[in-house]
Amino acid sequence: MRFKAEQENFTRGQFHIRVLLFARARELHGDQFAWVPIASRPTVAQLRALLAEQIPALDSLLQVSRIAVNQDFADDAQVIKSGDEVAVIPPVSGG
Amino acid sequence: MIRLTHDPIDYHALTEAVRAPHCGAVALFLGTVRDLTGQHVTVCLDYEAYGPMAEKKLAEIEAEVRRRWPVGDVAMVHRLGRLAVGEVSVAVAVSCPHRAEAFDACRFAVDTLKELVPIWKRENAPDGTGEWVHQSAKPG
Repeated sequence: MRFKAEQENFTRGQFHIRVLLFARARELHGDQFAWVPIASRPTVAQLRALLAEQIPALDSLLQVSRIAVNQDFADDAQVIKSGDEVAVIPPVSGG
Repeated sequence: MIRLTHDPIDYHALTEAVRAPHCGAVALFLGTVRDLTGQHVTVCLDYEAYGPMAEKKLAEIEAEVRRRWPVGDVAMVHRLGRLAVGEVSVAVAVSCPHRAEAFDACRFAVDTLKELVPIWKRENAPDGTGEWVHQSAKPG
């Protein structure tokens, strides 16, 4: 329940984080960008939860995707700051 | 040298670029578009990258290769956009004084590229359908 309350607080926040989407994530959303309303300084885990809630089509792919912050892979505890570049990185398949 | 490009990869020029007088070995890896994956026929692939991060990760891999092996030079190029069967999607060339280290360094560079660099391929079938390849089981 506590987690749910936190999510509600975040959705009332005035800030939006622009999240970059690629490959199937981009196609599922129909846009290269997702704008997530969020409180200041959420963790990567909180951002993941909000993304999945806002864009249910992304849920299952998000579970196997990494999140990049400022072009480096981030763990779930990392705090996202204003101005950070955030991206969903589905399992890569270059080569 | 690392690069992302929409143009065909000149792997001969790339190989020449890493040659050096003190290096007796040059290893070149080419990844090419395969026509069959399991039972699935592929007519072409579409490659997409998160460009700035892909370049950053490639540069980090290049630095790590230089740190681990006595590399003369290393070049990594990945192609983007639509590629037909048989075309070269990635080329990695490494020169070293001796062959064992050239093979090892080249293999490390390719394996790490495939694990870390944010590039994706979409396999397009003869019937016009396509699917992004997102195979890794777990994030990490």
